[in-house]
Amino acid sequence: MITVGIDIGSITAKAAVMQDGKILAVRILRTGYHARNTGDLLFEGIVSGLGMNPSHIQRIVATGYGRKSITFADQAVTEITCHAAGARYMNPEIRSVIDIGGQDSKVILLDDTGRVKDFVMNDKCAAGTGRFLEVMARALEVDISEFGSLAFAADHSASISSLCTVFAESEVISLIAKGESRENIIAGIHDSVAARVSAMAGRIGWIPPIMMTGGVAHNCGVVRSLEKKIGHSLKVTPNAQLTGAIGAAMIAMFTRG
Amino acid sequence: MADPDQERRKIKSVRKMKEIMTHYYIAAKTAGETGKKIAWITSGGPVEPLIALDVIPVYPENYGAMIGASHMGVDLCEKAEAMGYSRDLCSYARADIACSTVDGGPIGGLPRPDMLICCNNICGTVLKWYEVQARFYQVPLFILDTPVCHTGFSTEVHNYVKRQVEEYILFLGQVCGKRLDLEKMAEVGRLSIEGQRLWQLVLDTTVHKPAPMSAFDAFFHLALIVTLRGTQTAIGYYQELLEEMHTRIREGIGAVPQEKYRLLWDNLPVWYRTRWLSEKFAAHGACLVADTYTSAWCGSMKYIDPAYFINTMAEGYSRIYLNIGVDQMAEQVIAMIDKYDVQGMVMHSNRSCKPYSFGQYDIRRIIQERRGLPTLVLEADMVDERSFSEAQIETRIDAFMEMI
Repeated sequence: MITVGIDIGSITAKAAVMQDGKILAVRILRTGYHARNTGDLLFEGIVSGLGMNPSHIQRIVATGYGRKSITFADQAVTEITCHAAGARYMNPEIRSVIDIGGQDSKVILLDDTGRVKDFVMNDKCAAGTGRFLEVMARALEVDISEFGSLAFAADHSASISSLCTVFAESEVISLIAKGESRENIIAGIHDSVAARVSAMAGRIGWIPPIMMTGGVAHNCGVVRSLEKKIGHSLKVTPNAQLTGAIGAAMIAMFTRG
Repeated sequence: MADPDQERRKIKSVRKMKEIMTHYYIAAKTAGETGKKIAWITSGGPVEPLIALDVIPVYPENYGAMIGASHMGVDLCEKAEAMGYSRDLCSYARADIACSTVDGGPIGGLPRPDMLICCNNICGTVLKWYEVQARFYQVPLFILDTPVCHTGFSTEVHNYVKRQVEEYILFLGQVCGKRLDLEKMAEVGRLSIEGQRLWQLVLDTTVHKPAPMSAFDAFFHLALIVTLRGTQTAIGYYQELLEEMHTRIREGIGAVPQEKYRLLWDNLPVWYRTRWLSEKFAAHGACLVADTYTSAWCGSMKYIDPAYFINTMAEGYSRIYLNIGVDQMAEQVIAMIDKYDVQGMVMHSNRSCKPYSFGQYDIRRIIQERRGLPTLVLEADMVDERSFSEAQIETRIDAFMEMI
């Protein structure tokens, strides 16, 4: 059975094609202004890239903030359920998922069968999300992909005390003015994201093994800060950003009409 | 054309309720002409002596709910912020304080008060809020201080509050220029308890499956037990409403078509989104069958002896839901979980209402330990729409329902 999972996030849109539990193809685009068009493009691109046409696809599940805009999907499922399914697909032992995406961060607890037992999400605020890191990268004139490696060159972590993205940005600017090194500021930013997310996780607790998913998982600096903060190692796979799409494709397989 | 199923599902008493509320506000707005006095009073305040003295009680919190439901909250909150009040302050307080300074708001604003009655059994904000209004209107303010009953109700606290009830009666005598008629007071006390008893019976009808009404309906029908507690009007209305609920049960009419899941709501409503939330849950076949909020107006009835109302009201007004310890609150929540047979709890973490939202994570932990019940936390505000994020709330509700 060939299924497709489409995850329309606030910054990027992801798709995964799976056949009987095996990943055939994945694709990532910027979501941009028009989520629905992006979804169309993503789907057409990934299917034609495999030399297939839409009739080969038996079931499509959409997830993410734009899940309802994907009108050609058979079902819309929240990213919470999809990240849980995706994480379990990548590692069947996983009991907790920390997902940091573009506009939200969440912690999901799974029971031993892989079902979602509880979850917690950030409130209406960008702090502790991918967007927060993007704003900081812009202030520091650094490409977001270099954030992780730069943090490892820090000799200490600069203190960022503001919880609000806007105030944190001005705090970062004042650190730059004070001559604090870029690396130390980045390490501080990572620690502030980790503090925010671990405080949120503390509301429901976490059970190891823990997987980190979402685009921010590719930032090894955040991963390291979070590990230090919560005192557990985090499992990260090369497909971390695609976890929601993969989970959606898996759900499509198990919920067939 | 109206959907016949939807028509059948509508609660018919709503019209009567609207009529009663309209009359109530007309009477309040024309008090100047009828020579009656107006008292502004907090929602959990001791209203019965006012009724016995023929004073019209007006509730800024009920008005706050109207402001929220009519989407006027943001404008008024911003106005209060421009006056210097912090955005972290309760949105009822902000909206009310701002509304007093403008000719606006629903029904063109509340009638000017002759006195303010503030009881801090619901929160601490009301103290400063009512002080601000007392200065603004230059009217006398009475504060009834009810210490938080963390673990129980001590003799010292009882004596302390009882003494204040006596002072309250003296205060009212001075402001109204007449003495409280004790016989009339006893009658109002009896009506108050009878109204609370009937309101509880109305709420109890949702034990039935499917529930004939939901918490969203209760948020609406609550208005009379708040504003007209102690009057025959409230009793007559709740008798009718109760009868309608019994008819709905007999005819198998549920609040939600195909009730599959039963949930419990915690905290104040999100006034500007009650319909949206109600439809959102109903789309999943979920009915919010009960809530901790609307039952707060009859939860401490057991401490009051209707035959000795004035002597026992100190305890009744001190031991309400928001004025007890978190462990006791959790006990009440667990009792509701069992009584209404719910499969999950929805907690509105309300930026405005600190005393209501503060212990929620502890209550959540306790009910998870004791009943293994899943809980959904929705971060919002009762009146200030700027604290509501539709996409995030929608995702949380969908994910919660997928989980259940």
